[in-house]
Amino acid sequence: MQVATKDQRLMEGSTTKPTLSFRGVNLTFSDGTDALRDINLDISQNEFVSIVGPSGCGKSTLLRVASGLEDASSGALETDHDHLGYVFQDATLLPWRTVSGNVGLLAELRKLPKPEREKKVADALELVGLDKFANYHPRRLSGGMRMRVSLARALTMDPQVFLFDEPFGALDEITRERLNDELTQLFVTRQFAALFVTHSIFEAVYLSTRVVVMSPRPGRIIAEFKIPFAYPRQPEIRFTPQFAEIAGNISEALRKELD
Amino acid sequence: MTIIETVNSPISTSQSSPKRTNALKRINNIVPPLILFGVIIAIWEILSASLSGARKFLLPTPQSVLMQGILSPDAYTEILPSFVRTAALALAGLMVAIILGMIVAALMYRFKWLERASFPYLVALQAVPVLAIAPLMAVVFGYSFTAKGIIVVLIAFFPIPANFLLGLRSVDKGLIDLFRLNKASWWTRFFKLALPNALPQLLTGFRISAGLAVIGAIVGEEFFQAGVPGLGMRLLQYLDQVEYHRLYGALILSSLLGISFYTFFTRLSHRLLRNWHESVQA
Repeated sequence: MQVATKDQRLMEGSTTKPTLSFRGVNLTFSDGTDALRDINLDISQNEFVSIVGPSGCGKSTLLRVASGLEDASSGALETDHDHLGYVFQDATLLPWRTVSGNVGLLAELRKLPKPEREKKVADALELVGLDKFANYHPRRLSGGMRMRVSLARALTMDPQVFLFDEPFGALDEITRERLNDELTQLFVTRQFAALFVTHSIFEAVYLSTRVVVMSPRPGRIIAEFKIPFAYPRQPEIRFTPQFAEIAGNISEALRKELD
Repeated sequence: MTIIETVNSPISTSQSSPKRTNALKRINNIVPPLILFGVIIAIWEILSASLSGARKFLLPTPQSVLMQGILSPDAYTEILPSFVRTAALALAGLMVAIILGMIVAALMYRFKWLERASFPYLVALQAVPVLAIAPLMAVVFGYSFTAKGIIVVLIAFFPIPANFLLGLRSVDKGLIDLFRLNKASWWTRFFKLALPNALPQLLTGFRISAGLAVIGAIVGEEFFQAGVPGLGMRLLQYLDQVEYHRLYGALILSSLLGISFYTFFTRLSHRLLRNWHESVQA
C-alpha cells in the first residue's frame, strides 16, 4: 500500500530543508479536548500536501497551529511566518473596502510603503485575473470571484508557505473545478509549499503531490499517499483509472478509521 | 500571466438603462405619499367642517392653521425662534449623547469588565422615568439650556452605546484571525476592523436617538415651563390661551423637526453604506 513509513517520510524531507515542519506536535485545548496528537509532517518547497479527514478531526486546527494562531501544547513547529499565505473557508473580505483595498490590506497592516503596496496589489490582481474589478466592492462579486480576491490578498505576502482551509467548499462544482485549475497553475509558477485542508478526496488527489489522511479526534496522521501525476494537471486525469484507484485507496483508509 | 479567461459577471446584466429606472423609482417613491397627504388634508377639512359651532375651535381648518397659526407675522415671529431654540437643544443633546455613547461603548469593547460592571446601570437608566428627575435638574442647573440638555441626553443616550457595542462585537472571527496573523495592534483592529464593521449599527443608533432627542427636547421644555421658550413651552402656552391655530402650527413644526432629524440620519446612513451594506440596495 501507499502508506509511507516514518523513515520514508524523513528521507523525503531530507532532500531539501522543509519549509513547514511539524515535529511531534500535540495540542490539547484548555477545556481538555485532545485536538492533535503526535503530528509529524514535513512539507518542502514545491510540495502540495492535502489533508483529508472526518469533520472535527482537527484539520483546521492543524492549519491554525501552522500559522501561529494557535500554539502547540508540545512539540515543535518550524516555518517562515513572514511569508505565509492563509486562505480561510470564507473569503473573509472587508465589505466596506474595494477589491484593491482588500488585496492591499495585509501589506497595509505590515506597514509597507504605499508604492510597494500598490505594485503588490496590481500584480496579485493580474495573477488572479481580477484587474478589471479593482474598484468593485465585494458584494458585487460572485462567490468564486470573492475567493479569488482572497487568494490575491494572500499572494501579496509572497508566500513560501500557503495554507488553505477548505477554501472552495462553499462553491459550486464548476467554479470549484476552475479554481482548482487556477490554483495548480499558481502552484507551478510560484512554487510554494502548500497545506490544503479539504473534505473532498477528489479535490485532494487532483491538486496534490501528497495526500495525508487524519483520524477522528484526537487528530493523528494515519496514512499518506503520493500522487504521481505531473503538473500542470489536465482536468481529464480525474477520469483515469489510476486517479480512481488512488481516490479509492484514500477513501478506504478513511472508512477503516471510522469503523 | 492571466489565469482566467472569462469571469462570470452578474454585473453587466443588471444595468438596463439605469437613468430611466431611477427616474421611475423616484416617481414611485414620491407619488404615493403625496396622494396620502392629500387624503389626510381632505379628511381633516371634512372633520373640521363637521364640528358643530361651539366645538369648532378644537380643530381649525388646515388652511387657517397654515395662514394664522404659522404664516401670519405675529405667529411666526414667535414660533420660529422657538423652533430654532428647540432644534438647537435637541441637536446639542444628541451630539453629547453620540459622543459620550460612542466613548462608553468603545471602553466597554476594550475592557470587558467595564461592560459587566456598567451595563446593568445603562439598562436601569432606560427604566428610570427621566422626567421624574427633571425637578432635580431644575434645582441644580436652574431653568437653563444645560438642564434641559441633560434631559435630552438622558433620553437619547441608550441606543448609541447599545447599538455601537453590538456592531463592534459582531466582527467575523476569520477577519479577527486575519488581523491577528498580521500582527495588527488593538488600535489598528479597532479603527480598520471593528469601527467600520459597527457603522451600520451605529447609524441605526443615531437614527433612533435623533427621534428620541427631539421628543426629549420638547417634553423637557414642557416640563420645565420656564427659561427661554422653545416649542414645548409654546405648545402648553397656546393650549392655556386657547390659541388652537397656533397650537396646531406648533405641533406641525414639532413633527417637522422630528422628521428632518430622522431624514438627515437616514440619508447619511444611505450615503455611507450604499456601497457595501445589505441594508442598502445597490
